[in-house]
Amino acid sequence: MQVLECDAKKLLSRHAIASPPGIVAATPEEAEAAATRLGREPVFVKAQIGAGDRMSAGGIRAAHSAAEAKVAARALLGRKLVTSQTSPDGLVVDKVLVERGIAAKREFYLAVSIDPSSATVMITAADNGEVGVEQRAAKQSAGLERLLVHTKGERGPGEIAEFCGRFSLPADAAESLGELIMRLHRAFIELDAGLIEINPLALTDAGEWVAIDAKLAIDDNAMFRHPDLAELGRDAETDYVELHAQRHQINFVQMAGDIGAVVNGAGLGLATLDMIRAAGGTPANFMDIRTTARSLDIAQGVNLVLDNPRTKVVLVNVFGGGMQPCDTIIEGLGIAYRRRRRMLPVVLRVTGNNEDLARLRLANFNLPSTECPDMWQAVTRAVAIAQGRA
Amino acid sequence: MSILVDQNTRLLCQGMTGWAGTYHTNRMIQYGTKVVAGVTPGKGGKSHLDVPIFDSVAEAVRTTGANASAVFVPPDRAAGAMIEAIEAEMPLVVAVTERVPVLDMIRVREALAGSRTRLVGPNSQGVLAPGVCQVGVMATDRAYRGTIGVVSRSASLTSEVISQLTAAGLGQSETIGIGGDPVHGMSFVDCLKLFFADPHTEVVVLIGEIGGTEEQQAADYIRGADAKKPVVALVVGKHAPPRRRMGHAGALVQDAPADAASKIAALRDAGAVIAPSPHLVGVTTRDLVARRAA
Repeated sequence: MQVLECDAKKLLSRHAIASPPGIVAATPEEAEAAATRLGREPVFVKAQIGAGDRMSAGGIRAAHSAAEAKVAARALLGRKLVTSQTSPDGLVVDKVLVERGIAAKREFYLAVSIDPSSATVMITAADNGEVGVEQRAAKQSAGLERLLVHTKGERGPGEIAEFCGRFSLPADAAESLGELIMRLHRAFIELDAGLIEINPLALTDAGEWVAIDAKLAIDDNAMFRHPDLAELGRDAETDYVELHAQRHQINFVQMAGDIGAVVNGAGLGLATLDMIRAAGGTPANFMDIRTTARSLDIAQGVNLVLDNPRTKVVLVNVFGGGMQPCDTIIEGLGIAYRRRRRMLPVVLRVTGNNEDLARLRLANFNLPSTECPDMWQAVTRAVAIAQGRA
Repeated sequence: MSILVDQNTRLLCQGMTGWAGTYHTNRMIQYGTKVVAGVTPGKGGKSHLDVPIFDSVAEAVRTTGANASAVFVPPDRAAGAMIEAIEAEMPLVVAVTERVPVLDMIRVREALAGSRTRLVGPNSQGVLAPGVCQVGVMATDRAYRGTIGVVSRSASLTSEVISQLTAAGLGQSETIGIGGDPVHGMSFVDCLKLFFADPHTEVVVLIGEIGGTEEQQAADYIRGADAKKPVVALVVGKHAPPRRRMGHAGALVQDAPADAASKIAALRDAGAVIAPSPHLVGVTTRDLVARRAA
């Protein structure tokens, strides 16, 4: 779960990580008033959505007066912003962060994440040198330095000091960077984060470290420890569609094509996308029905596929397992279809636990369906239907 | 004799009295697995499915000689259950639980370092020695005994591949789900080592996906291994949108080495035979076995 930039900065401020003075605004007038209160120009008007790469999508705008801030906010608020990290439909901007521009003599990239192979918390940093306040962009950092921090503490401050020594900083700046990294590491653990990324982290003329942008993703699997953060997630949520699917035990990613996929399991879901593309088609979504989903949950997932106006055909690729037999999934499919007028054709490949029972159920639902004996035939048939060839 | 589980496996189920534990323990008993104990704190002294229940793993091991554990404990307590089994020096722990917090898994890995335990999972469908022993929640009806070792990150795709292998006339020596989480126990490399050393395994099928770099580590291992066996590899997620989490917590492309193309290239360079599509793993393996016999 990625929280909004403004919330990430608030949470990090509790760990004494500074960011520029900023005010959240929900209307152009509030943005104008915010710019006036912040005083010094320029200010930046930043779309608050739960996805990255806002800069190149025009979601972050410089303003040299309060009037310009109002114009920038008007251009963003209430509109959908599509970045390389959102779904093709984008995310609606409900609020903007109006923030004072900070001049920096040097800028860094700093991130805390998990290194899967060593199973440790990893600090990553790069020195991006001097970047003008107006030229700041999401550019690729060169020369990344990495440090693995073991939570048991057999490594510690000495190692972080050595790490900070790699950047040829003045002694006091290197020391304060080390302290910042230790606070960030503590924040990472306390928040059950999966990623904290500060890019850029500015070293100001006054020798202070300031987080110009902050990305914070909380481990979805640890949300039971953080009921207080759940609301922030709802604010940032990515996508109504994907959130709704999650509530029904389904992992769902909206895509730009026209073949709706109903699949159980992440690996089979990815395999289905690959086969659709190999057969010359384009998937409308990724779906992974988790083993904990019941037929009513699955019906909700199928509804999301049918709700997508781009979907031309529904491809069901199911291998019934020990926990989730085939008939549960067909039951969900049938329930979803029974409640709607839009009868999109269905191509099925259903095999595994209780497949015969699933066929009996399918016959009762009277769906516009074709069954194929293996998944490649099902995929090619669905592609043919989507392209008007069948 | 198999590599992780066989007829000598004496299984203990942690969290056996919950609904998932009950359902799957019953399935495993039906399959022929020797389930000798259950552990549910507070329910020690009772029995469930005619299996004695204990309060702790250590006590269950002392009393029953259990040598493997299946973890069905809910995610908020799963790491504690795994650590308890590691501290009781359980030789094999198979964690089925999905959605364990990643920082909890870092604690588990710290407990695992230098221990006597092999951990499979979490978020794993388990380990299956067809016809002999099932430890986990996988579909079992298509699997039959043979000489193909299968190791994968994904449950339903493994069922699909097993079904293809069986249809191609190829049985399986053992199938291992290493789990879909970024931080987990046994790796592809750990499993390849065991399969390469196993006299009953002729060919290994490796099923990878986007995210992380375990497939590259597997490629490095295959290249350098002294006594290697042929490997057929499938990597899925070639067309997954970048920077989106695709179902598994570990299936996320952050940067170049984590994408499918990099993994396929690494495995091909190391001499693995790449299955050209997910539906062709069975025939690719059959052709390879036939070439070897010729």
